[in-house]
Amino acid sequence: MTEHGRPADTAARTFAQKALARAAGEEAAAVGQIVDARPGIVLSHDNTAPIAEIWRQFGQERVSIPERMAVTLDHAVPAPTVRHARNHAEVRAFVAEQGVAHFFEVGRGICHQVLSEEAVVLPGDLILGSDSHTPHFGWLGAFGAGVGRSEMAVIWATGELWLRVPESIRIRLEGALGEWVTTKDVALTLIGDLGADGALYRSVEFAGPGIGGLSLDSRAALVNMMAEMGAKNAYMPPDDDVFRYLAERLLTRPGRRAGRGAEAGEAAAEVAARLEEGALYPDPGAGYAAEHRLDLSRVEPRVARPHQVDDTVGVGELESVRVDQAFIGTCTNGRIEDLGAVHRVMAGRRTAPGTRMVIVPASSEVWSEALSRGWVADLAAAGAVFGTPGCGPCMGNHLGVLAPGEVCISSANRNFQGRMGDRGSEVYLASPAVVAASAVAGRIVHPREVTE
Amino acid sequence: MNGPVDVARPFRGRVFRYGDHVNTDVIFPGRYTYTKSRPEEVAPHALEDLDPTFAERVRPGDVIVAGWNWGCGSSREQAAVCLRYAGVGAVVARSFGRIFYRNALNNGLLAIVCPEAVDALEEGGEVEVDLEASAIRRGEAVFAFSPFSPAVRSMIAAGGLIEQTKRRLAAE
Ligand code: SF4
Repeated sequence: MTEHGRPADTAARTFAQKALARAAGEEAAAVGQIVDARPGIVLSHDNTAPIAEIWRQFGQERVSIPERMAVTLDHAVPAPTVRHARNHAEVRAFVAEQGVAHFFEVGRGICHQVLSEEAVVLPGDLILGSDSHTPHFGWLGAFGAGVGRSEMAVIWATGELWLRVPESIRIRLEGALGEWVTTKDVALTLIGDLGADGALYRSVEFAGPGIGGLSLDSRAALVNMMAEMGAKNAYMPPDDDVFRYLAERLLTRPGRRAGRGAEAGEAAAEVAARLEEGALYPDPGAGYAAEHRLDLSRVEPRVARPHQVDDTVGVGELESVRVDQAFIGTCTNGRIEDLGAVHRVMAGRRTAPGTRMVIVPASSEVWSEALSRGWVADLAAAGAVFGTPGCGPCMGNHLGVLAPGEVCISSANRNFQGRMGDRGSEVYLASPAVVAASAVAGRIVHPREVTE
Repeated sequence: MNGPVDVARPFRGRVFRYGDHVNTDVIFPGRYTYTKSRPEEVAPHALEDLDPTFAERVRPGDVIVAGWNWGCGSSREQAAVCLRYAGVGAVVARSFGRIFYRNALNNGLLAIVCPEAVDALEEGGEVEVDLEASAIRRGEAVFAFSPFSPAVRSMIAAGGLIEQTKRRLAAE
């Protein structure tokens, strides 16, 4: 990677400047300027009930923006304890009482995946979520940022929140990924090189010819992981693949967004064209706090060691590490492409004695697709167990928590101490293919080692 | 449990030192985030997975001194709330995770970027934090930090974002 500065053209704007200016109804917004932004969509999940409790202190009868609210039940589903069940019941009651426009029940999937599949978030939108992986929506060309519960309650009450326009860093991707290499490895490479605060408070804006060669699933994985570099938001320039993906979905959901959804009888191409009009792209010559370049063909499978996401090594350096649990899922790597990689490694093989494999699809759509392709049966025969679409054991709530001293290799995004269970357990992060290969070998290995 | 200290006025406490990249999972574990939200429920778990004895030892006005990127990771607001209700008055660090930073100030927990103080302050030492003067004092030594804006100070004086918003909505 290289880094170089160059004089900025002061009229040229980054994606972050454009997106926040639009959300604030301003002509333009300078870096560092504080704007009163009105998000197009706000997202909350199992934490909706505690946010509602905060919001009720304002004494309002109705939230001010029910049409812009999206709520999913995903973090601990189906409810593992009575306390979680009560929390879910409170969320459902609130959603019904307030007429929340977009509500997704237990089992539909993880908020970031579901709102992407449902075309609730569109290119150029501002989405604020009471979830730290809200930058995820940058894969669609939206500006997504996480906020706390109190701020979400304030947005429900007032429809707006102040935001500072961040500095941007640009990451130019060139070349194409090699065999067994994924955007998870790209993300771990970037985070390892730049550090867990390498994009702290910044907008990470991807660019370059390498993007076009990436599947949509793998774009989402890369953008999602930028939260682990401290980014406020992350962005990929949306192309025809993205517009078509959303257009097809909007056509099956008529009237989804007033004026921006699809009309009856409309062709996908017309909807896609309208989405393209709404998309935002950085200007040539916009000012970046840093610029990096990465040749995708030089990336190798990487693993983050416990307990820091930026403590990364090549998979070959870890081969003595024994694995108790392998976990596939999460908003980072629980999509159909990820299950495909697992299937490629595991079908016809078996988990090693003493190693268990837990798979939690990111959404019901992913789950159905894996079923209809026959992958679920093959993976079950290989020794995998499946959980309800949702976050699963990602944050140690349920469905595969770790005992003291246990080691998990996971396709998730965080390996913080205690995240998946006991504080004496350890989590390694890797791509789905490496996780699957490690399940078969019983220790952390390169996929080549079990497939050849 | 100690309860919050009034940070709008100068307060004194002892220093607890921690390292870089302390994330919100170890400040407030994820296994509690959907079942515990109220201040009195979350305070006893403050820093549980980093320093299991912290919640028993901390006293009102104590100050956490840390390195880079304090509070990175999850958006969970309990990470700020648990510290404030355990009695912590300020976290002084080289940098902060951005959501933690906002959550802290919104809840009246001072999040102060002051590398000079991070370099100088020692575990267990006595310090005074003075929001109006934008200064941290240890005996004769004074460490200045960039002042918070009038809007942020008035939010803190009002008791945080929620109290401030209540007043704003009542006035409309
Ligand atoms: S899958 Fe994990 S990281 Fe993603 S939203 Fe759920 S808990 Fe958060």
